[in-house]
Amino acid sequence: MAEARNTYRDGPDDLGHFGLFGGRYVAETLMPLILEVEQAYEAACADPSYAKELESFRTTYAGRPSPLYFAERMTDHFGGAKIYFKRDELNHTGSHKINNCLGQILLAKRMGKTRIIAETGAGQHGVATATVCARFGLECVVYMGAKDIERQKPNVFRMNLLGADVRAVEKGSATLKEAMNEALRDWVANVDDTYYLIGTAAGPHPYPAMVRDFQSVIGDEVKVQMDAAEGRLPDTLVACIGGGSNAIGLFHPFLDDTDVRLIGVEAAGNGIDTGEHAASISGGNPGVLHGNRTFLLQDDGGQIRDAHSISAGLDYPGIGPEHAWLHLKGRVDYVSATDEEALTAFQLCSRLEGIIPALEPSHALSYIEKIAPELPSDHLIVMNLCGRGDKDVFTVADALGTEVGAET
Amino acid sequence: MSAPVTESRLTRRFEKLKEKDRAALVTFITANDPDPAVFRQLLEGLPTAGADIIELGMPFSDPMADGPSVQLSSQRALKVGVTIDDVLSAVSDMREWEVDTPVILMGYYNPIYRYGPAEFAEAAANAGVDGVIIVDLPPEEAEELNHHLRDNNLHMIFLAAPTTDESRFPRILEHASGFVYYVAVKGVTGTKSADISEVSARVASMRTQTDLPLGVGFGIRTASQAAEMAQFADAVVVGSAIVDIITDGIDSEWRAQPGLATRVLDFVKDLANGVQTVRLESAENASTGVGA
Repeated sequence: MAEARNTYRDGPDDLGHFGLFGGRYVAETLMPLILEVEQAYEAACADPSYAKELESFRTTYAGRPSPLYFAERMTDHFGGAKIYFKRDELNHTGSHKINNCLGQILLAKRMGKTRIIAETGAGQHGVATATVCARFGLECVVYMGAKDIERQKPNVFRMNLLGADVRAVEKGSATLKEAMNEALRDWVANVDDTYYLIGTAAGPHPYPAMVRDFQSVIGDEVKVQMDAAEGRLPDTLVACIGGGSNAIGLFHPFLDDTDVRLIGVEAAGNGIDTGEHAASISGGNPGVLHGNRTFLLQDDGGQIRDAHSISAGLDYPGIGPEHAWLHLKGRVDYVSATDEEALTAFQLCSRLEGIIPALEPSHALSYIEKIAPELPSDHLIVMNLCGRGDKDVFTVADALGTEVGAET
Repeated sequence: MSAPVTESRLTRRFEKLKEKDRAALVTFITANDPDPAVFRQLLEGLPTAGADIIELGMPFSDPMADGPSVQLSSQRALKVGVTIDDVLSAVSDMREWEVDTPVILMGYYNPIYRYGPAEFAEAAANAGVDGVIIVDLPPEEAEELNHHLRDNNLHMIFLAAPTTDESRFPRILEHASGFVYYVAVKGVTGTKSADISEVSARVASMRTQTDLPLGVGFGIRTASQAAEMAQFADAVVVGSAIVDIITDGIDSEWRAQPGLATRVLDFVKDLANGVQTVRLESAENASTGVGA
């Protein structure tokens, strides 16, 4: 019997569930707040002036639409499928994160909130949040793992320049997971004036759906741009996945175009077999953390395990709940790429295309390297180049055994 | 839907204390903190020291609603290595010598979800647990676990917060049993002091909506604060202040120093003394016209 469902795009339900996943697993103190965010977001969506204001900032401040670029040299190099890059690294602040931050800061403003808090891993979301807070004159506190502060120094300094208070979180693995714990604790203690600007399509409802909506501008643009370039839909879309906001933004407008293959690339770190990775779907199980049920890296007792990835932006033991659901539905293929594979792709893209990609999309690119050579030349692949690599040069130099900044 | 639990060690304890016109003292410690031996000494000593209800923390790697004190105690317990089965077997052992004191477990949902909600409820009931508080399981998500708890005659104790307005409170009451736990501060555990007049007004307002006992916790650090709350609350929960004594009584490698359990239990005696006598004293003061 055929399944009754005729769309993959109608989630979540009224309680914020994508099937088994999603939901609102937060302390009672926060429940009224996330209900307030949900109501405010629904009201904003029903108000044409909100959409108009967002559209205006996307165009004149963030620089959208971002180009769809035919990566000719990369295509020739692999000798198979035709490869396009969605150039979201060209956005203001250097990644797709600004798409979400603009949407949420306009919401926070409508709600009359005066203080913004955020968590960040690679610092891209922190920079984007600090940027919109500066633009709208709101106080900004960014929680960041001490380990991430060490490996993403340029972004820490950018946040400081933008006026944000960056607070180091020393606990546990001192990465994104702990930063999110600390941001939630801050919110519980500052409920009256504070808005929590979550950076990925995860957390309690309505965040996964709301962040997805803001990021779907990526996939919407690709549809139009690919039609202009090739007169049809792409065949395969590829995106890297930490929490999964850039991926859901690219995929969501295509979910019901079932001929389009969707591939999410998780971070395999030192390899899934080593246990040192950040691949929640490939190497995790369903569980509850940070307000939602999703796939998590955890031990048999349900204690959350530390993730590992060379990419601070993917170094998180969970994934957005809609991805967990799409995985169980079989609509999106979730694969993984190791630190080493990402480093190779990072260098290849720099040399062949003159684009230094962030380590996060380098994971997606390394998977394209595996599939493109076997595909015919009329097969159209789009990869979301969701961030630029300036922030990663020190990490890469370190991994390659080169010293940056030595006197020459 | 099965009926809420109405008869248990917990309900009996509240009834008995109501007859005596005094509040219950609820003491929180994390299971196996700082080590299994000291933890056992504490469990053995708490009822005599004056704990009317024992709340045991089931440690979680990511205790998002807890402040630094309880976070540290969770880390210590996890370092020793404590699973749900370890917590339950400690309760089961305790039931060999302590029959009447209710035990409630506090934790986060993921370890229970991983254990299996049905399996957990059955094992907890068999061990002699009386109720659970799951911090990140609001009424909207709780039924998945709660119906198994009810089937095993276990209470699910819900939190109400300063942010919970009167229109939302009935939603919490729909699912609540045992008592309602009012979170006295806007914040994580152990970081702020509760404002007595705000809390007493909220408790009075909640009384008009439910007959369940009303407990107050978060931000109660001293015997005098506990006594103040005990004037109007049915239960007073003290956690971080107890855990801090453990933190102060261990060395840099988290080994307990001699006399640690005694220091903790002495503090519990102080707390209990205040909680047990405060209404008596205020009644005497009222009749003699002394005090304010």
